[in-house]
Amino acid sequence: MNKMIRTVFSAFAVIIAIAAITTVPARADLKLDFSKGNVEPMPIAITDFLSGDQLGTNISGVIAADLERSGLFAPIDKGAFIEKISNPDAAPRFEDWKVINAQALVTGRVTKQPDGRLKAEFRLWDTFAGQQLDGQQFFTSPDSWRRVAHIIADAIYQRLTGEKGYFDTRVVFVDESGTREKRIKRLAIMDQDGANVRYLTNGKDLVLTPRFSPSRQEITYMSFEGNKPQVYLLQLETGQRELVGNFPGMTIAPRFSSDGQKVAMSLLQDDGSANIYTMDVRSRTTTRLTSTSAIDTGASYSPDNGQVVFESDRGGRPQIYKMGADGSNPQRISFGDGSYSTPVWSPRGDLIAFTKQSGGQFSIGVMKTDGSGERILTSGYHDEGPTWAPNGRVLMFYRFPPGSNSPHLFTVDLTGRNLRQIQTPNLASDPAWSPLLE
Amino acid sequence: MRRFEMIARSPVVVALFMALAIAGCAKKPINSAGDLGLNGAGSARPGSTQDFTVNVGDRIFFDVDSSVIRADAQQTLSKQAQWLQRYPNYAITVEGHADERGTREYNLALGQRRAAAARNFLASRGLPASRIKTISYGNERPVAVCDADSCWSQNRRAVTVLGGAGS
Repeated sequence: MNKMIRTVFSAFAVIIAIAAITTVPARADLKLDFSKGNVEPMPIAITDFLSGDQLGTNISGVIAADLERSGLFAPIDKGAFIEKISNPDAAPRFEDWKVINAQALVTGRVTKQPDGRLKAEFRLWDTFAGQQLDGQQFFTSPDSWRRVAHIIADAIYQRLTGEKGYFDTRVVFVDESGTREKRIKRLAIMDQDGANVRYLTNGKDLVLTPRFSPSRQEITYMSFEGNKPQVYLLQLETGQRELVGNFPGMTIAPRFSSDGQKVAMSLLQDDGSANIYTMDVRSRTTTRLTSTSAIDTGASYSPDNGQVVFESDRGGRPQIYKMGADGSNPQRISFGDGSYSTPVWSPRGDLIAFTKQSGGQFSIGVMKTDGSGERILTSGYHDEGPTWAPNGRVLMFYRFPPGSNSPHLFTVDLTGRNLRQIQTPNLASDPAWSPLLE
Repeated sequence: MRRFEMIARSPVVVALFMALAIAGCAKKPINSAGDLGLNGAGSARPGSTQDFTVNVGDRIFFDVDSSVIRADAQQTLSKQAQWLQRYPNYAITVEGHADERGTREYNLALGQRRAAAARNFLASRGLPASRIKTISYGNERPVAVCDADSCWSQNRRAVTVLGGAGS
């Protein structure tokens, strides 16, 4: 087990040197404006990076796929390109790109260095202003080429939207196989685009609800190991695993605090109640946050760690509540029809995502942190368990159709548009998005 | 849905439905793991796990979002308590379950609440609570799969599982 994980995660150790090759500061600003609601995808030409082999094409393919999947960019079919880029250091013939309505153009080159590393360079051009907007170069090991592509896609996204990207990230999730009655569940991790799936557990024990640490290569999850269902921590780089706390009953619904220093979870007690506890990861001290005979679970911290949202059925059906991080002053904030669960505070701090059950449908929605301004983003027979992209613009969740409980992962953006399925090797549920990789 | 129709045509499942329809005095066994087992009815050795499952009934069912022990479940649990007092060497685990029409974490807690309710009822009928362990599987281990309450109602359950006989 340890050996498997170490091998799997050696890629984390890759060192990437970055140097800006921007020379001319841009005057006019080519920028997508989010604030107007309906955003027309920006037409962008992403040329094959020059290389002696297939790698340049592969890298530009990953970049184009990232940008296209965001719903904010419309990569132009390469068949429409007029100019063939032969020197990515020279200014392109802007007229050739304007005529195919490419507002932005990406050129680049990838070369093998004498020491075996790859050097990847890109330039981002504003075709209508006729100038370079960005240019950077990266050094990495050849097997990290996809990561370099995601980093470049993030740079383009950030330059053209003014917001941080989310492509150089991973998703931990539960891989499902076998019949519904005897489903086998394994922890798995993949890049946010579904590539590089790797398994973290072998399927012997039922595992549920993995969550990423916001600050380390670490996850917390729930396992039924030894028929004693408890919350665990798993270091991704070393494979080291440990029990969280020393509780007398089942612990469920773990989630890190926003600084990664605490894990909140629910303890299921003999009287049938569920109460929220936190454990300090360093000192191992545990603190009880709620004292109720009801079910309190699904705790999620605000970005400043000052407040916690959670779900509780203390008023009858499950609803969303908010309290101080010390458990003070719990207040119900969800008041719509139906029941609300799995609240997750946005990394930007302004919204809370949730699962809503109403009228036989399960929906993913967002509300402001005082419970007002509810917006339903997706609805279906069963949509559950939103997780935020680190830039707070996209949510991933799982969905299954009637009858089979065969879940798959989907993303949707904050406006409720651009619903996309993430391809996974098997059935998949319980996704949790990583922070941007360092 | 197609899967359900296929399953529903099989005689095993018909037997299961019949067994459920006459819960408590079922002549066909439903084994403790929730499988659709047919182990030869009627001839269970008194005091055996099969005797408990077939002649007493190892499971009770709940209403939607509820952990209230219904009248039919009270009868089953009372019989369980009598049987378990007669055969005091069995370790007991009550498994709580929920249907799929809820969110995963809430269902884990709801399954625990159901298991606790069953345990408390057994304790009120004279079984020492310390003899009864509980565990919740939430909606992870359904016995019936379809998108109708005919399945969900079978999955909202607490199953009394006999551990190894002995001290």
